[in-house]
Amino acid sequence: MTSGLAAEFSSADAVLAAVRALRETGYRAISAYTPFPIDGLDQALALPRSRLPVAVFAGGAIGAVVSYWIQWYANAWAYPLVVGGRPMNAIPAFIPATFEGTVLGAALAGFIALLIRLRLPALWHPMFEVDGFESATDDRFWLALDRDDPQFDPMLARRDLERLSPIRIVTVGEDSL
Amino acid sequence: MAASGVLRGHADDAQITTMILRPLRTPSRIWWILFSITGLGTLALGCAIWYTVATGIGLWGNNIPVSWAFAIINFVWWIGIGHAGTFISAFLLLLHQKWRASVNRIAEAMTLFALINAGLFPILHLGRPWFFYWLIPYPARMQVWPQFRSSLPWDVAAVTTYFTVSLLFWYLGLVPDLATARDRMPGRLRRRIYGIFSLGWRGAAEQWHHYRIVYLLFAGLATPLVISVHSIVSLDFSITQLPGWHSTIFPPYFVVGAIYSGFAMVLVLLIPVRRIFSLESVITKQHLENMGKLMLAMAMMLAYSYLVESFMAWYSGDPFERYTYLFARPYGPYAGVYWIMLASNLLIPQLLWWKRLRRSPVVLFATGIVVLVGMWLERFIIIVASLNRDFLPSAWHFYKPTWVDLTILFGSVSFFLFLFFLFLRWVPFVSISEVKELRRELAEEAR
Repeated sequence: MTSGLAAEFSSADAVLAAVRALRETGYRAISAYTPFPIDGLDQALALPRSRLPVAVFAGGAIGAVVSYWIQWYANAWAYPLVVGGRPMNAIPAFIPATFEGTVLGAALAGFIALLIRLRLPALWHPMFEVDGFESATDDRFWLALDRDDPQFDPMLARRDLERLSPIRIVTVGEDSL
Repeated sequence: MAASGVLRGHADDAQITTMILRPLRTPSRIWWILFSITGLGTLALGCAIWYTVATGIGLWGNNIPVSWAFAIINFVWWIGIGHAGTFISAFLLLLHQKWRASVNRIAEAMTLFALINAGLFPILHLGRPWFFYWLIPYPARMQVWPQFRSSLPWDVAAVTTYFTVSLLFWYLGLVPDLATARDRMPGRLRRRIYGIFSLGWRGAAEQWHHYRIVYLLFAGLATPLVISVHSIVSLDFSITQLPGWHSTIFPPYFVVGAIYSGFAMVLVLLIPVRRIFSLESVITKQHLENMGKLMLAMAMMLAYSYLVESFMAWYSGDPFERYTYLFARPYGPYAGVYWIMLASNLLIPQLLWWKRLRRSPVVLFATGIVVLVGMWLERFIIIVASLNRDFLPSAWHFYKPTWVDLTILFGSVSFFLFLFFLFLRWVPFVSISEVKELRRELAEEAR
């Protein structure tokens, strides 16, 4: 989303209905901005299933292998020392730290993958230039149509939005539409 | 537990934002007073730590045979307190408990601050804290590695992982609210700072979509993690041979005790916060009652653990175990501590069977304090009363803390509260987005 048209709505249901109507009209590059997650909005926007769980799983698997390997390397290979008559590769004794390593790997991977996927931190975004967009984190619900959408025509898009009776419609991006 | 009564009044979304952000605008007088008092306590902690590090841990009361005392008691106590935060934010999220929405942020912050305090003690107890990094497996020139067949490096792994994951979980939950603060708080500088920490969150549906999945996965990861942490802490004790420590019930027994003391701390913090900032509409009596119920459940499980522990000592036929549990604890040198512990952990919380008392903030607050003290005494009994009389009577020794021990203990309580007051001043301490989501859910249910 670099430029296009944005509309402000006063309720979650209104923005949900608006997204459905616009999808019906044929728009595909719609984005919605809400102060809290709204059930059904993901489906209405037809967002693909998130693949982040894969990253979390991979992070956990790497964490498990690395943390076991560190313990094995330290206590069975690099500095073998008999402690309490336990074998050098003392599997039960290595499990607790391996578990912690798994969780740590999974959590770090999840956090980093989320930031990469959402392209955050990004302190500037065209929507932040829109007057009154601050309300999107308070009590208003916004949606925006991207001008790169093949369906997008400045005049028609404005009329399509007006039909949904938003509080107001504003242009996003530098060039006037 | 009933969902009704977790959000009262008719505040709309904008009013919810205003209500939750109001305490961040200007500090009240009472805040300044509490901040200064706990700041002084923190200073005392700093002085006591400086004195200890500069002189050596001979300043503390522990010596052979009681080689572990206040430092480890405080460590176990603080870590345990942390557990309720994760329990509320992770367990209750997975169980779809609606009442977690307005209390999870405070509980999670409590976890972090308790962990910061907990982390202090093992490091100081090293005696040479400037070598603490030797605990971390890194390729050192000395070519010596930590010994993972001992339970102490497990602790390092558990506590550092727990802190990291709790911090990420807390911060992740905070990002949308920091964006609200960025957009709603007065002052250019403050908005910029909130803006940086909110990472440029815009509340786009696509952002929420991925965010919710990762948040849920974090809850899924934190749930087994929290159980593992106090289990591992308990293994520090139970894999040794000492009578009073060598018991297989320790992991679940420690986890239950941890969550119990944590709920007590949540109540002790939540009740005044709710009152001072007039948040009775988002933190309702229902929340307090639910926590009272959970505390009561934990008290019963703890009673079971105490019972099984003593029974097994008797049933094992081992004379040392029998002596520790059936004589040394109830009639030995620390008998007074033992009986106060039983009264405050098992007897007094029975008051919460009465609904009227369970819904009374004053009673809950007082019970919380009693349980916190009781749980600290429990760790005292486990650690000191087991070490001071082990196998050989010729090695028995009576342990007494020094003033440095006591200063560090009360200093760390101050430091905890100091961090908590800073948190109340700068961070939205009730989740704004989750309360709004809850409001919508409840409205839809009512429809």
